[in-house]
Amino acid sequence: MVEEAPPVKARGLVKRYEEVLAVDHIDLNVRAGDVYGFLGPNGAGKTTTLRMALGLITPSEGVIELFGRDPMREGARALEGVAGFVEAPRFYPYMSARKNLDLLAALDGDGASSRIEEVLEIVELAPRAKHRVGGYSHGMRQRLGIAAALLRRPRLLILDEPATGLDPAGMRDMRLLIRRLAGEGITVLLSSHQLPEVQDLCDRVAIVDSGRVVYEGALSELRRQGGAGYRLRTTDDERALAIVRAQAGIEHAITGAHGLGFQAQESDVGPLTLALAGAGIGILALTPELATLEDLFFRLTENDHAGTPPSAGPDEGAPTTAGAPASPPAVAAATQRTVEIG
Amino acid sequence: MSAVAASPPAGVQARAHPRRPSTLTVWRWELRKLAAQKRTYLGFVLASIMPVIFVVVENIHQRGGHRDNIFAAQITQSGLATPVLMLLFLSVFMLPLVASLVAGDIVANEDGNGTLKTILTRSVDRGQVFAAKALAAMTYAVAAVFLSAAVATVAGVASWGFNSIRTFSGTVVSAPEGLLLVFAANACYLIPLLTVTSIGVLLSTATRNSAAAVVGTVGFVIMLLIIGQIPGLAGIHPYLLNEQFENWHGLLRTPTDWAPIAHSAWVCALYAVPALLGGYLVFLRRDVAGG
Ligand SMILES: Nc1ncnc2c1ncn2[C@@H]1O[C@H](COP(=O)(O)OP(=O)(O)OP(=O)(O)O)[C@@H](O)[C@H]1O
Ligand SMILES: [Mg+2]
Repeated sequence: MVEEAPPVKARGLVKRYEEVLAVDHIDLNVRAGDVYGFLGPNGAGKTTTLRMALGLITPSEGVIELFGRDPMREGARALEGVAGFVEAPRFYPYMSARKNLDLLAALDGDGASSRIEEVLEIVELAPRAKHRVGGYSHGMRQRLGIAAALLRRPRLLILDEPATGLDPAGMRDMRLLIRRLAGEGITVLLSSHQLPEVQDLCDRVAIVDSGRVVYEGALSELRRQGGAGYRLRTTDDERALAIVRAQAGIEHAITGAHGLGFQAQESDVGPLTLALAGAGIGILALTPELATLEDLFFRLTENDHAGTPPSAGPDEGAPTTAGAPASPPAVAAATQRTVEIG
Repeated sequence: MSAVAASPPAGVQARAHPRRPSTLTVWRWELRKLAAQKRTYLGFVLASIMPVIFVVVENIHQRGGHRDNIFAAQITQSGLATPVLMLLFLSVFMLPLVASLVAGDIVANEDGNGTLKTILTRSVDRGQVFAAKALAAMTYAVAAVFLSAAVATVAGVASWGFNSIRTFSGTVVSAPEGLLLVFAANACYLIPLLTVTSIGVLLSTATRNSAAAVVGTVGFVIMLLIIGQIPGLAGIHPYLLNEQFENWHGLLRTPTDWAPIAHSAWVCALYAVPALLGGYLVFLRRDVAGG
């Protein structure tokens, strides 16, 4: 059996709006089953990229393919098994939610109309389905957008900030729903500003800044690279600091109000504990501190690209970096900042 | 949202060739959208109120004597004169305005509401959506013309009877034949009117602004009217779109003069085909970056 093309593959994707370079040679690799976070500050080019994925706008250069199909060349065929929305989902305000879904189901074919009640139940809009969408709140329209996407029974769901404007319960439900859909094997490409949510949901991420990918790969790898920090409390922090500093493989050791902080690979931590014990210093606490996605996000997007973490290698699935060349000192400096905060 | 709701909506297996909706389905939904909007009825009201006003005024204020137009002269003798006169009056400006109200809005409205992205991410191609929209705008124009004609016929016949009528060439035709001619005249008038509709759809697609497209379409018709008045430009008259609004006159002569109808068909094609093709290409290539 031939291996199926990946849900999303972009190569050298560029979008220019007159003088604005909205998307600047983006490569993306969303694999089947991914819950893929697509992150970046305002104006980074996320929505523009997703619009190109859905065939709404034409790339200035490069290609983006969905399951191996280019929406520019294959039109609606390229969207088979794909659903989602960019920016706020829009509906006909003068028709009811059900009528809107009726219309969209008719444009989907493939028995979509038989699923209308079911998707209305899922987004909990069934009781309001008879009402005109013009009278809907923002959050209700957002839910209706999800319902409209689910009508298509997608294998790939493209969501652009789906939780925007939802109340806390709505956000939680959205998270649960995405997790459940992912559990059913749907690949999700999720653009979001809710970093804790992304950290919670996504296994792989792309971080874009000023139209360029500054990190693409496994979230766990990003966190491992970005923040192999440790906190240490001992019976004698002053002597411990000297030992920590002398130990091979340990960097950026500092003292703070709550003990010591340093950076190290896990393999270098073992010898350190032995050295401390040998010097008669008791270890009260030694805790690894992975940087949060939020920390890493700011490092990657607020340092003029200088904080690009080094690539883990060219093999399949390894994180890739693009944009400015990697600059380890900047990573280190930023990491140190985290450790100090910790 | 209930994460614990019903059975999964999604099957993740690739399905072989799901059946895609036909353009007719898209067209039907375009009509339903039109039917659901109040503004759609504004045009219908304009198209049907004029004959009613005309008949009421004529009933109150019956002027006898000689009138220039042969149908105006017969107005109280046969109810069938009313639809012919109304077509004469409304064909120049009112019906083109009614047709452009919907044609100019049909794409631009979705641009403004951001719903273009909603329908273009389903299982229909852009070409299908454009074709369905153009067809829906034309359907509306056809409906407006025949609604106007029906109201005029009913009001005229109710006031002055279903009687035989004299045509432009002075021949008397029976009432049923007259009715058939009224229908045929309106059908012929659709040739230039659907051309106006095509221009409206082009402007709606290109300007992305309903008001600009409606005003632009009507403005185009007015511009041609003015050009037609410029002395020294008589040579281009046969090629002006607004001149084709009278193509149906040939039907009301004995023997029937088919020449103006055939002429209008190809002149109108010169306007309509580039307009529709241009609109189609713009729609196919455009960026849907709003909404
Ligand atoms: N239609 C357009 N015309 C001109 N410039 C545009 C257009 N759409 C987007 N841009 C520009 O492209 C850049 C990327 O915009 P985009 O909407 O993709 O950002 P984003 O990452 O989705 O931001 P946000 O988080 O605010 O949604 C911005 O500088 C924006 O001004
Ligand atoms: Mg955006």
